[in-house]
Amino acid sequence: MKAYGKVFKYGDNVDTDVIIPARYLNAPDPAELAKHCMEDIDVDFVKNVNKGDIIVAEKNFGCGSSREHAPIAIKAAGVSCVIAETFARIFYRNAINIGLPIIECREAARDIEAGDEIEVDFDTGMIYNKTKGREYKGQAFPEFMQKIIKAEGLINYINEQ
Amino acid sequence: MGMTMTQKILASHCGLDKVEAGQLIEANVDLVLGNDVTSPVAIGEMKKMKTEGVFDKDKIAIVLDHFTPNKDIKSAELCKCAKEFSIKNNITNFFETGEVGIEHALLPEKGLVVAGDVVIGADSHTCTYGALGAFSTGVGSTDMAAGMATGKAWFKVPCALKFILTGKPAKWVSGKDIILHIIGMIGVDGALYKSMEFTGDGIQYLSMDDRFAMTNMAIEAGGKNGIFPVDELTIEYMKEHSVKEYKIYEADEDAVYDEVYTIDLSQLKPTVAFPHLPENTRTIDNVGDVKIDQVVIGSCTNGRIEDLRIAAEIMKGRKVAKGVRVIVIPATQKIYLQAIEEGLVSEFIKAGAAVSTPTCGPCLGGHMGILAKGERAVATTNRNFVGRMGHPESEVYLASPAVAAASAVTGKISGPEELGL
Repeated sequence: MKAYGKVFKYGDNVDTDVIIPARYLNAPDPAELAKHCMEDIDVDFVKNVNKGDIIVAEKNFGCGSSREHAPIAIKAAGVSCVIAETFARIFYRNAINIGLPIIECREAARDIEAGDEIEVDFDTGMIYNKTKGREYKGQAFPEFMQKIIKAEGLINYINEQ
Repeated sequence: MGMTMTQKILASHCGLDKVEAGQLIEANVDLVLGNDVTSPVAIGEMKKMKTEGVFDKDKIAIVLDHFTPNKDIKSAELCKCAKEFSIKNNITNFFETGEVGIEHALLPEKGLVVAGDVVIGADSHTCTYGALGAFSTGVGSTDMAAGMATGKAWFKVPCALKFILTGKPAKWVSGKDIILHIIGMIGVDGALYKSMEFTGDGIQYLSMDDRFAMTNMAIEAGGKNGIFPVDELTIEYMKEHSVKEYKIYEADEDAVYDEVYTIDLSQLKPTVAFPHLPENTRTIDNVGDVKIDQVVIGSCTNGRIEDLRIAAEIMKGRKVAKGVRVIVIPATQKIYLQAIEEGLVSEFIKAGAAVSTPTCGPCLGGHMGILAKGERAVATTNRNFVGRMGHPESEVYLASPAVAAASAVTGKISGPEELGL
């Protein structure tokens, strides 16, 4: 499984309130949530994002609320992968549970810049920066999580058991 | 190598004698919680599952507290969805307006969580129940759905940080100040993926309400859970509120911790977290001159009876500063009634504050106290992220009930000492 896209870059502690503000949580339809994705940190995100694009951030991405609406909004906005130095733990679970690929890689998080075009290989954890001609080794998912992702989320995984 | 308190509880819930940090386990859960924002998404996920119904109608709690009393038609639809599901599945612990309280104040009060339990909740502040010596942690809606269907959840066994609390805190220093101090010290990702285990002889000076405020904000340091040892005060609380059987776990003496911090509570001062992260803390003598537009006293962190008593003690016989809106929100109906009977509500109203029925409301920028562009609030809530209480250019300062009440009177961020208290 691979992802390829243009990068939107953010810093430390991107919280779930800026990913999807609570004022939009009364309408949990993925397409509705996608319209307001990243609104309080990057008002032009929704206008500029294309299907397949990739979010790269630094430490503690997705901190704060447990709202699954956050990874749902990101996935529904067309984002194919989120790379960060670290993820907040509930966001990490939620992303895997809904089948949004995420990958932890400190080197990539620090070196990749906005607008870079990158390719991610989820099987190996390798990240290739096509713009800069560099590569980074991210953490591949443990087997247990690979099974959930392969099933495209926890519910399908349970149904298959 | 011994186990931490959290590791022992997890081991007991997955049928193992021993677990270690990093191990992936599937544990039985004693309670699955959801609210009006997260339950409808979970219910949607459950519909995709092959299994029908819930694993145990008595071990699920659905608490409609975030956008209630329903703030608009869309919110009303969410609550209707959760209510219909609860009725269809005969959920014992379904609470809506009239009996509802803010979930993390309500569940301990109703006796639904006791020491030794494993609880998952589709709300990040589910970590609150660690004050009772339980393992509890926030999850998303899909985990909630899987939990409701199977009674199980997968966990990576966490490693831990140990906080040894010593000494007696000064009069106006509460659990809120202690946890803000800790978050200021270790940062908003200082406990990422880890347990925060509180221990030490200073714990004897902390009320249950202080402890709930502290474990509530473990997530604000990135923690998986926060947990207190069970002492006489915990047992007294559980006996008063619950008929459930509790089980006491203690950390092994040779349990391994990533870090051990010792904090002398007698040295702490009232502490305020400046925008836009809970780690941006300053002690009250270093806050400078910050004028405010609003004060919120409530939330799952600080809407309990002791919080209201402290605020009322400070506001009694005084007036809210001109130009400041003060909103007091008792966290549960029981607390609300108690506040009426003790005369606290009268004091708030006489001082010029609004008092509301229980709701999460303004804490997450839902309703009941939204900030305009450029406005500032002092709040006893738990998050001060960009746009948390309203406009993306508004500001939230996190503080204790004592600081919030004193600030309400002066119109700027102040400690009770400024009022000669």
